[in-house]
Amino acid sequence: MTSPFPDRIERTVKLARPPRDVWAALTTAEGLSAWFGEQATIDLRPGGAATMTFAGGMTVDMRVERVEEPAVFAYTWRLPDLPDDDPRRTYVEFTLEPDGNGTLLRVVETGFAQLPVETRRETYDSHCEGWTRELAELATHIDGS
Amino acid sequence: MAPDLEAIAEQVFVALADPTRRAILAALATDGPSTATDLAARLPITRQAIAKHLALMVDAGLITPEPGERRRVRYRLQSAPVQVAQQFLAALAHDWDNRLAALQKYLATP
Repeated sequence: MTSPFPDRIERTVKLARPPRDVWAALTTAEGLSAWFGEQATIDLRPGGAATMTFAGGMTVDMRVERVEEPAVFAYTWRLPDLPDDDPRRTYVEFTLEPDGNGTLLRVVETGFAQLPVETRRETYDSHCEGWTRELAELATHIDGS
Repeated sequence: MAPDLEAIAEQVFVALADPTRRAILAALATDGPSTATDLAARLPITRQAIAKHLALMVDAGLITPEPGERRRVRYRLQSAPVQVAQQFLAALAHDWDNRLAALQKYLATP
């Protein structure tokens, strides 16, 4: 009895406001900080940097990927709690569709089931070597002083 | 691809389900590579029990044996399987239901 490893999260919600209002909520620092995080910054262009600070002070770096006003907004961000140099990111895409006076908003997040285990092990080992070297240098420095 | 991930995650969760193995992993994370004797001195567990759990975790890829001082085997924590399991947990923890409820509420206010 094996369960599939979750790679994709998909949700659709009906919102009472037209796409232009939803677009502002998704793509401006003011909008994002009102519902998503405590504080947000965003450089709204593909490749632009964005940050989200959550309650408790954790800040997540994001990269804007798609900006197609007012229909598609997408970004990537890091999986939580991985080392700083870990390349894995999940991709989040919002699709806005007019729905009467409101908006049908779909959010899809993909990329949870990435598996660079071999490369991870290499990175891990190079980390360990790095630490060993740094500690050796520190020891030399302390011994020499 | 998915079955490999599933198998790796399962082994991590099986390893973590046992309090003795959690204690051993915590000790390796805290103090770095250690021998079975080091671990037996540090934890309220017999060396035999520790050896049994170490063997299971070597099979699971969670730790790797390496030569240590005085020809004793030292065990080193491997982070790769844990990071795979973390991806599983991340999918559960990415709380879109509550976030989208907050968005709906925000947009409902005039």
